[in-house]
Amino acid sequence: MRIPILKLHEYLLISVQVDLDDQTAMQFQEDLLSKIHESGATGVVLDLTSVDIIDSFIAKVLGDVVSMADLMGAKVVFTGIQPAVSMTLIDIGIHLQDVPTALDLEQGLIKLRRELEEK
Amino acid sequence: MKGTLSNVPIAKELDIVGARQTGRNIANDLGFSSVDQARIATAISELARNIYLYAKKGEITFQQVEGVAPVGLKIIAKDNGPGIKDISKSMIDGYSTSGGLGAGLPGVKRLMDDFDIMSSDEGTTIHVIKWLR
Repeated sequence: MRIPILKLHEYLLISVQVDLDDQTAMQFQEDLLSKIHESGATGVVLDLTSVDIIDSFIAKVLGDVVSMADLMGAKVVFTGIQPAVSMTLIDIGIHLQDVPTALDLEQGLIKLRRELEEK
Repeated sequence: MKGTLSNVPIAKELDIVGARQTGRNIANDLGFSSVDQARIATAISELARNIYLYAKKGEITFQQVEGVAPVGLKIIAKDNGPGIKDISKSMIDGYSTSGGLGAGLPGVKRLMDDFDIMSSDEGTTIHVIKWLR
């Protein structure tokens, strides 16, 4: 299973619509980094509105992709994390503190633009 | 409706997703809130991944139980793997022998209400319960 990655101007947009298994998450990590490399995108919005579970492994893969993209010079923002997912993540002790987040796609794009202008 | 509700074998990576979906459906049928459903599904995911990672195969059993509350969901994760060498270390946040976040077992304990673990060189069995409040 592959997660589609869309390009919009200098941004990449991803909406995760599937229950993420380990293999799909790892494949996504690889796909996103290649896409950043080939498109020269400076910002990525990863929308998690439809994701109803993030366990410690998926959290690690998603958190890592933020650091990896950062090394390449692209900013990643997570959007739309559901209340139940946020409560569960804190319960298991995963704070994702270095990950920029926003309420929804629109806010995510605004946040990205602001962060990229500050550079 | 009492006793064993379902039994999910864990032998490949995709079974982790199957187990947590089964668990979420059962939790929904028993009347758990969406937040508790997420907690239960996440706990199952961690338990199933541990089986797959450390024992290769095992099974997750779902039971409806009665106790401190009239309805509880008991989840039993059982494998015949090599066992956990140091259970007390495995319960410390951030401790991992597999390069993970080390959030697995202590995380499961916090997500659920009751937590019981037995491990020897013949395998590991973990019992957890979430009570419907």
